[in-house]
Amino acid sequence: MRGAERAGAILARLWLALVLVFLYLPIAVLALMGFNESVHYTLPFEFTTRWYEALAANRRLVQAGLNSVLVALANTAIATLLGTMAAFALARYRFRGRSLLQLMLLPPIAIPWLITGTAMLVLFFWTGIGRGLHAMLLGHVALSLPYVVVVVGARLASIGPELEEAAASLGASPLQSFLRVSVPLLAPGIVAAALFAFAVSFDQFVVSYFLAPPGVSVLPVEIFSAIRKGFTPEVNAVSTIVILVSMAVLAAFARLARFGGER
Amino acid sequence: MSAVAARAVTKRYGAVMALDDVSLDFPDGIFFALLGPSGSGKTTLLRAIAGFVEPDAGQILIDGADVAHIPAHRRHIGMVFQNYALFPHMSVFDNVAFALAVRGVARAERRRRVARMLELVRLEGLEGRRPRQLSGGQQQRVALARALAAEPGVLLLDEPLGALDKRLRQEMQIELKRIQRAVGTTAIFVTHDQEEALTLSDRIAIVDNGALVQVGAPDRVYERPANRFAAAFLGDANFLSGPARGAIVAVPGLGPVRAAAVLAGPQATLAVRPEKMRLAAADAAPQGANRAPGRVAQRVFSGASVTYVVETAAGPLRVFQRNGGEALAEEGAEVAVLWSPQHSVAVAD
Repeated sequence: MRGAERAGAILARLWLALVLVFLYLPIAVLALMGFNESVHYTLPFEFTTRWYEALAANRRLVQAGLNSVLVALANTAIATLLGTMAAFALARYRFRGRSLLQLMLLPPIAIPWLITGTAMLVLFFWTGIGRGLHAMLLGHVALSLPYVVVVVGARLASIGPELEEAAASLGASPLQSFLRVSVPLLAPGIVAAALFAFAVSFDQFVVSYFLAPPGVSVLPVEIFSAIRKGFTPEVNAVSTIVILVSMAVLAAFARLARFGGER
Repeated sequence: MSAVAARAVTKRYGAVMALDDVSLDFPDGIFFALLGPSGSGKTTLLRAIAGFVEPDAGQILIDGADVAHIPAHRRHIGMVFQNYALFPHMSVFDNVAFALAVRGVARAERRRRVARMLELVRLEGLEGRRPRQLSGGQQQRVALARALAAEPGVLLLDEPLGALDKRLRQEMQIELKRIQRAVGTTAIFVTHDQEEALTLSDRIAIVDNGALVQVGAPDRVYERPANRFAAAFLGDANFLSGPARGAIVAVPGLGPVRAAAVLAGPQATLAVRPEKMRLAAADAAPQGANRAPGRVAQRVFSGASVTYVVETAAGPLRVFQRNGGEALAEEGAEVAVLWSPQHSVAVAD
């Protein structure tokens, strides 16, 4: 019996190891090849940092990277602010059409981005908003808003309205109550939502691709066009950087989500 | 500090009448209990005074002024919530200082007043603690200090002692009364605990089904309950009904029972408190008292007192006796229950 148990445990670990290899092997190869001398990914492996140097000199990629960060930060600020306010309204006020609004937040999460992107392109063309970083920002805000509302809303529901009533009974105006009581208690939820919003924008390819005019680009779009022209280890280098940023964001999210669950 | 009044306040939730045309005066400085079972509307009235519930009709007056258009945060009230609702992310100091901070009271003054409040509720030295590091009784004191820090005109308490265990509750009742006396603020508190209402308040309003049943001083309401509900909810009562003539009710099986006063209707119900009844030997002369012969069905001994359930021709009667050292009646013994006509109070059904 004991032997069987131990064998089971070993098997389970082996399985987990396989899953992890399956998930991370392509990424590891990609990261490793960013440090390989050969342009054609041929072995033997010869260590070099020349692709990173080339990347630093690649104006287009660097500019696209800066654009990505800029759009992602602006998106995070706008979507988090609007989303938190919307979550607050949905959780604390009773008004006509509230349930419908709440329900309507979810489908955009499920609609393929390809379709959303096409729809935005058509709408922005038709309304004269056009393409560019401003259009991407609009698109990203629309994509990330539902996530923010859902994440902050869940936290709001767990806090309940009683503390806000207590604040009001003590003379706090709605704004004071929001800033001194709701925001500190919501903080873990708000930060998690902000990270979500950042990730949705920073990793966004489809919608950005549709809304990028010639000459203006963000990182995922630039990487795509670089690959179309021909693979170089430079792409591996930039991809490695993107992966590290995304993983850092996710790690922060996991930490804060746990922190949020504690209270 | 402030007088509060409700004028024909009505509030409906769907098909439920939470408050049905309720008018009540809460004079300045009074300790007023709203007593009723859960769902009776007492909390709705408290929340309407606080500004969290908007009445469908009627007015709430604070110091004579209609506060319909004054939001909760400008009504200058203090409120103690059932589960305290302390801010978990703030220290005890910041909780108590909250009302001062939002009013822009200077830091030094804030510190002075928080210190005074914590002294009042006897929590000196706990300023730095978080609410979750405090016991239930301490949290309750912090909630009270926080509500009183800005010297509100009205203190509203929603089942303030409901979450405490019995001993702590009795201790806090005395504390609460002392603190209310010390600050002199008008206090309105909601409770379903009749003992709490009797102990704490200067005046009691019994509420049932969204309507007032009776309002008055605790002893007055206790001794002269207006109806069956008031008699049974505030304390314990035996009821005897039958056709009435003059001051006498002909209770089926018992014969004539004399009441405290001349009765109105052709039918009357008398309420008699268990402690107003006493047990006597089956052959004892009533000497002007009402008498009901019966058999002891149950005896509940609680140390300082004994409660008997006596089976009589008019149904079971509960008799409450102080333990004065006399021999206790045995279960099954034939006895007579005696009580004075002046303790037979006519109540409406």
